[in-house]
Amino acid sequence: MSQTGRSERELTVEVWRGGAEGRFERYRVPARENQSVLDLVTWVQRHLEPALAYRFACRVGMCGSCAMTVNGRPRWTCRTHVGQVAKGGRLKIAPLGNLPVIRDLVTDMTPFFEKWQRARGRFSPTRTREDEPAAVDPGSKARRAADAGIECINCAVCTAACDVVRWNPDYLGPAALNRAWTLINDARDGARAARLAAVSGAAGCHNCHSHQGCAEHCPMGLNPTAAIAGLKRASLIALLKGELS
Amino acid sequence: MTAWLSLLQRLSALVLAPLVLVHLGLMVYAIGDGLTAAEILGRTRGSLFWALFYGLFVIAAAVHGPIGLRTVLAEMTAWRGRSLDRALLAFGLVLLALGARAVLAVVLPGAAP
Ligand code: SF4
Ligand code: SF4
Ligand code: FES
Repeated sequence: MSQTGRSERELTVEVWRGGAEGRFERYRVPARENQSVLDLVTWVQRHLEPALAYRFACRVGMCGSCAMTVNGRPRWTCRTHVGQVAKGGRLKIAPLGNLPVIRDLVTDMTPFFEKWQRARGRFSPTRTREDEPAAVDPGSKARRAADAGIECINCAVCTAACDVVRWNPDYLGPAALNRAWTLINDARDGARAARLAAVSGAAGCHNCHSHQGCAEHCPMGLNPTAAIAGLKRASLIALLKGELS
Repeated sequence: MTAWLSLLQRLSALVLAPLVLVHLGLMVYAIGDGLTAAEILGRTRGSLFWALFYGLFVIAAAVHGPIGLRTVLAEMTAWRGRSLDRALLAFGLVLLALGARAVLAVVLPGAAP
């Protein structure tokens, strides 16, 4: 803690402690010119609360493991500058929403990744290593649609921001559906029909209200709402053609 | 089924939008002009056009309303699944019956009110 008292600026940081039932603990952390929200959490753990549980890996916005709720908004904490979010030197840091809390700032991501599986978010190859590589025109409409969603880092920020996930925990959610849309547009993939069936069921794309909470919060600037609109369109066309099992 | 409901919801909305506008315009016209019930019935009774217009209106509304309500209830309450579907199917049939009764009353040629 600060030895010089008033001469060093401090931030008041409230951090969630405990599981689903818990409370916010208040810490005073020195303010630095350049620090991320993740740096603050790390400072608290190193200096004040060694038992504090939180998750990170890359610290440069690539791995998607550091997302938390910062002053009420889901964010990637390693790339969120404190100056951007600390109102009056105060920060309230909670675990990411719409997921079960394990402890402190760590959520259980299992339901999130299970939804990727349920939305058939895995690539189904149509060729083997014996075949020629597929020729994909980077300027084609399908490839551009796939490229628009491909940079997802699986951080679950969008899912935490989605009201429909909160109302209906079964809803596949923006990240898994965005992933499905990139695969639907992948010329090399062979599971289009099965994937369309997987994303248009009771928990699927037709639940989306298109209110763009996901797109607003996605740190990678992706637009899952547009991807889901694409899935809705594709699934209704398949339905009318009798291709939707 | 979800995809079908979604399709029906959009199609019924497409049908309802212009019908609602014409209906509202009609109400303003009828009230502003001070038409009596007898004068209105005089124009609607035996009219195939108004029979089709309001017949379609009732069908579209009976499709659109329950599907929307099903979504609202599933999201805002814990009521989901088969019992919800059955209840809303019943609700749709009630809307259809009440609507059909009203349409028949104004378009079937009959005695003065
Ligand atoms: S646009 Fe759809 S997926 Fe995105 S936050 Fe809204 S309801 Fe959720
Ligand atoms: S779509 Fe964006 S917010 Fe959602 S998981 Fe991927 S990177 Fe994160
Ligand atoms: S720690 Fe990897 S994205 Fe933040």
